[in-house]
Amino acid sequence: MTTVVGGIGTSHVPAVGAAIDNGKQEEPYWRPYFDKIRPAREWMAAEQPDVCIIVYNDHASAFSLRLIPTFALGVAAEFQPADEGYGRRQVPVVQGHPELAWHLAESLIGDEFDITIVNEMDVDHGLTVPLSVMYGEPEAWPCQVIPICVNVIQYPPPSGKRCLSLGRAIRRALDSYEGSDAEGLRVAVFGTGGMSHQLQGERAGLVNPAFDTAFMDDLIAEPDAGSLRPHTDYIREAGSEGIELVMWLVMRGVLDDQVDEVFRMNHVPTSNTSNGLLILQNAR
Amino acid sequence: MATARDYDDIPGTYVFDGRRSQQGYRLNMFCMSLNDEANRERFRTDEAAYLDGFDLTPQQRRAVLERDWLGLLQLGGNIYYTFKLAILDGLSMQDVGGAMSGVTGAEFNQMMIDGGRSIEGNRRIDESAATHGSSGHTS
Repeated sequence: MTTVVGGIGTSHVPAVGAAIDNGKQEEPYWRPYFDKIRPAREWMAAEQPDVCIIVYNDHASAFSLRLIPTFALGVAAEFQPADEGYGRRQVPVVQGHPELAWHLAESLIGDEFDITIVNEMDVDHGLTVPLSVMYGEPEAWPCQVIPICVNVIQYPPPSGKRCLSLGRAIRRALDSYEGSDAEGLRVAVFGTGGMSHQLQGERAGLVNPAFDTAFMDDLIAEPDAGSLRPHTDYIREAGSEGIELVMWLVMRGVLDDQVDEVFRMNHVPTSNTSNGLLILQNAR
Repeated sequence: MATARDYDDIPGTYVFDGRRSQQGYRLNMFCMSLNDEANRERFRTDEAAYLDGFDLTPQQRRAVLERDWLGLLQLGGNIYYTFKLAILDGLSMQDVGGAMSGVTGAEFNQMMIDGGRSIEGNRRIDESAATHGSSGHTS
């Protein structure tokens, strides 16, 4: 039995990682964003989760068109930052939690989520930028990490409903964990990607903050109804890459039906993206 | 390729579905190879010779050599893959976004700072054409 300390929804914009890595947080372009996220970092420092389950997507780094798992679970003891074309990001190696990850694998598959199990994979900005957003630049990441990678690159991604259901199955697994460190183990879950953005085509640069606000509102209050949003609505209203937001529904599913909103931020732009950050906790 | 999809009427958008994945598999796997520094160095040294190893169509090969960012999408490229070529050239996502939408990288960056491209007038090809006088056809 673990304790779910909260759920974090955050964009995973590579330029945010580059701004941190290159010391640009005080520049006029970046400062408003980093000022806005300060309360989220304070929350994270106070909550001190032992394990972060990070739901993210790989961007042609560990996986390619050669092999496209819809849902993949990293069970390794460590994960190296990937070379996405720039050389590896100079951030700490990500430490896994094999015991809990293998419990998740057994529980999820027993629960009819036939997830792909991954023993070796590098992790790209989709996973490392959210860590930087929440923790800044520590010598080592102060938590262990279980990566859950979702295909949102090759259409079709999994449905929002399926993502919400996966989150609920992860919660059942966390509730049934009896590993060596289970007593009092504090777990946070990240849903990453989004918010509205389109990187490609003549419509590149599209953002839709009204959609982003409505998405967050639905995620909090009516996740089941919100999970039925068709993929084409995301693509049309939130941009072709805005469909990453289905991963936030996995995070939501891990939490109780009733949640409290702890923190919310939306900032336009970071790079080509409407950047969102949301923290939820089980209702008290 | 004949089956219509309900997202085909979204302007200026190349949904990377099975149709595009089949068309662009070799092109995208060429881009994927640029994750490796040794391959990046081989490509920088002799682009044409490096491309000989990837069985691209003549149109795809030309689009790579000419850095035709929009053409690469139209020939089956996926933006996360083709952007690896842009990284190699030292370009930003604003540079590539500008090139695909007909403005400079600086103009594109300013558009983002000013709030980005509006959804209004950009939901469907018919309204987009009425607003901008361009078709934005996607396939």
